Amino acid sequence: MTGLMPSSGLRDTFPKLLLDNARLRADKPANREKDYGIWLTWSWSQIAEEIRALACGLKDLGVEPGDKVCVCGDNRPHLYWALTAVQSLGGVPVPVYQDSVAEEMQYIYDHAEAKYAIVENQEQVDKLLEIKHQIPNLKSIVYNDSRGMRHYDQGFLHLYADVQDRGRAYDAAYPDFFLSAVDQGQGSDTCAMLYTSGTTGRPKGVMLSFDNLLITANNGCIREGLSEDEETLAYLPMAWIGDNIFSHAQAYCAGYCVSCPESSDTVIEDLREIGPTYFFAPPRIYESLLTTVMIRIEDAAKSKQRMFHYFMGVAKRVGMDILDGNPVAFGDRLLYGIGNILVYSPLKNVLGLSRVRVGYTAGEAIGPDIFIFYRSLGLNLKQLYASTEASVFITIQPDGQVNPESAGTPAIDVDVKITDNGEVLFKSPGVFQAYFKDEQATRETKTADGWVRTGDAGYMDGQGHLRIIDRSKDVGKLRDGTLFAPKFLENKLKFFPHIKEAVTFGHDRDYVSAFINIDLESVGNWAERRNIAYSGYTDLAGQDAVYDLIQTCVEQVNGDLAADEKLSGSQIKRYLILHKELDADDGELTRTRKLRRQPIAERYAELIDALYSGKTHCPVEAQVTYEDGRTDTINADVQIRDAMTHGASVRAAE
Amino acid sequence: MSEQNRSPDILLNVEGISLSFGGVKALNNISFDVRKGEIRAIIGPNGAGKSSMLNCINGFYHPQEGQITFKGETRKQMQPHKAAEQGIARTFQNIALFKGMSTLDNIMTGRNLKMKTNFLWQALHLGPARREEMQHREAAERVIDFLEIEQIRKTPVGRLPYGLQKRVELGRALAAEPDLLLLDEPMAGMNHEEKEDMCRYILDVNDQLGTTIVLIEHDMSVVMDISDRVVVLDYGKLLADGTPDVVRANQDVINAYLGVTHE
Repeated sequence: MTGLMPSSGLRDTFPKLLLDNARLRADKPANREKDYGIWLTWSWSQIAEEIRALACGLKDLGVEPGDKVCVCGDNRPHLYWALTAVQSLGGVPVPVYQDSVAEEMQYIYDHAEAKYAIVENQEQVDKLLEIKHQIPNLKSIVYNDSRGMRHYDQGFLHLYADVQDRGRAYDAAYPDFFLSAVDQGQGSDTCAMLYTSGTTGRPKGVMLSFDNLLITANNGCIREGLSEDEETLAYLPMAWIGDNIFSHAQAYCAGYCVSCPESSDTVIEDLREIGPTYFFAPPRIYESLLTTVMIRIEDAAKSKQRMFHYFMGVAKRVGMDILDGNPVAFGDRLLYGIGNILVYSPLKNVLGLSRVRVGYTAGEAIGPDIFIFYRSLGLNLKQLYASTEASVFITIQPDGQVNPESAGTPAIDVDVKITDNGEVLFKSPGVFQAYFKDEQATRETKTADGWVRTGDAGYMDGQGHLRIIDRSKDVGKLRDGTLFAPKFLENKLKFFPHIKEAVTFGHDRDYVSAFINIDLESVGNWAERRNIAYSGYTDLAGQDAVYDLIQTCVEQVNGDLAADEKLSGSQIKRYLILHKELDADDGELTRTRKLRRQPIAERYAELIDALYSGKTHCPVEAQVTYEDGRTDTINADVQIRDAMTHGASVRAAE
Repeated sequence: MSEQNRSPDILLNVEGISLSFGGVKALNNISFDVRKGEIRAIIGPNGAGKSSMLNCINGFYHPQEGQITFKGETRKQMQPHKAAEQGIARTFQNIALFKGMSTLDNIMTGRNLKMKTNFLWQALHLGPARREEMQHREAAERVIDFLEIEQIRKTPVGRLPYGLQKRVELGRALAAEPDLLLLDEPMAGMNHEEKEDMCRYILDVNDQLGTTIVLIEHDMSVVMDISDRVVVLDYGKLLADGTPDVVRANQDVINAYLGVTHE
């Protein structure tokens, strides 16, 4: 394993690792991409050539050490190469969320003082041209896909392939340049700047060094025993730290192959074709996979449904124990074996998860039912607790000790401690250098002795596993002093397949109430089977039958809460189903789909008032923003319902 | 560029076309031309004879009078498959796809006229037939990439939403690599966003593949935005012909669309 350690001096930056991999694993696949329906493969030696050409081309364009270069687009090998190419010149790549609207981009380009941009296609170029006059620093834009770009004749636009051609010519003229530039890189240099998605306020630029990313990535490889034979699919935004680790840093450390899907709509099919062995997905992906499975099962023949439900019962009873290596009765083992042939293995195959050795989930809490479903199928799904400021890994669930409610034990070289007021702090080699141009925020987050405040409330349980309750600033109190943890309640609601998103209110209020977003796919299918006609989300969300359906979910949550003495006071008394889906384009969610509570509270103030008055319905008008930036208003009359509460309210009434 | 009056190149010339079904005059002495590389719209109220005009152009209807010249060749009687061989492809007002077949297979049918090997070779899937299929599959994949329908490559088209089916139909027409593309209400029944997508694809086809397009459309804003010249028909008669601005200002057109005020 010492050969992999970056501190050897040879492997302490991405470009050095690249050259090393091109030597050690010249013909091993490094990247795959599906184009025109066919998987194209590049070996490590090939990508080293491509990156060298691009780096020299960028040098010829004028990229200097320290320059910020924004990289934006869907997951494409060419964009991953761009990261390394920029790094080999001593520049700092800044990946940007590809679905950001122009104003969001403008903020980042402006704040990062980006001089160059390497983008995927016309769509991204158009966004930049729109804001070009507001970002005078931007000198050149390199685009990869020439489609639709024929009439763009601005001198500052360059085709990726042309830049590479210039690079080859430059390389021929100055053959020593590339290697000496790579040699100058050091582990302590800033190697990437990632903008946090910004649940609160403006996004902050997190500066990470090669050491941060590579030591953390390498520790992750050691902990899970990742080898050069792993296969992964890179489909999560490149601007997200997780993708940087899983699809870039760890691939460079272990030398495995990263595949890019054909388009963001084909991920499910591409997943099946690639059959990843190392897989990461946020809970919503696992949820939507499970929802699709359940919808299709409900449409299947009765005999198949019975078989599925019977064996899923068996799996639920013993599957987790078998995966964890606990003793299981022979009869159950036999049944599980039959179930594996008939149900589990074909199901995993359909989902493209047959070969997964290590599956991660993070970002949000995953529903215990969903988590148990996948684990009982024999899929080694594990939760981890991660943050951009830590270069991902803080805690990981260890094999064999996976508890749906915990976030696992600290990763290698990571120290975790809990402050007196319950906030989780950590210290690790992955701790970020600083927030770019924001010393105050850096000082607030990073203590003088190197501990980082996560802003999450949590505790260590008896087995040394970390448990996260909520964002500490979100945890509030009802007027009567009852603890109110909004995310905890929202997650409980979201674990129902019919509920896609939930927002709860209660801080400084008399009782807890909730906004619900139904899951259009799941509820739509449910409605179709009951011959309920609907024209779209708004119509469906307002139907009485749907309210009845959601009512059962809310009351079930209340039942669960009533069982817990501390939480029984925070049962949901009133709720409504929102007339529109919460959307990042409307500023209601972050780009990683986390709630932005303040904008939501401001925007729907009327509805919140209605929840805390006796009203049974409330007329609303909402602005929606389409993808192309046009806005429209939706009018609806939102119904408000009371939910039955248990226990606590009974006691209160006495 | 031979003579002064030959440029801009005329791809299709329609001269004095009259078509009647029994006593009904569907088209009455219609003449217009389509220049190479332009987007030409045909508009008009219901029953104006727009679809009949397209049907004449691709040889499905045989007008009693008049003549059609395509690529400098004047035709007498023509069958649709002959028109297709000459480089005319079309889509239909009501989608006419093979519902049980996948998107890819539907698009491959658009390559049918370009396949040279015979049925037996294809059935055996040997030698030349195999090479040919690979070559056509590549062409089909280019169309799929162009229209961004990778995710439905293997989905039976009957299961697709309406807007996507329209796109697949466009794909099948494109697979034939036509010189002239006839689109019969490509945006009918679509929502605003789908229309915008479709407009973009039509413009892309015109711009990047250099295909000349004749389209029938009811949505005026679409027509005025994307077409270079517009023909207006009303009850089988030619009402106006010119650039969108000219047509928009034409009093006859305004009367036909908005009605006439009676003093």
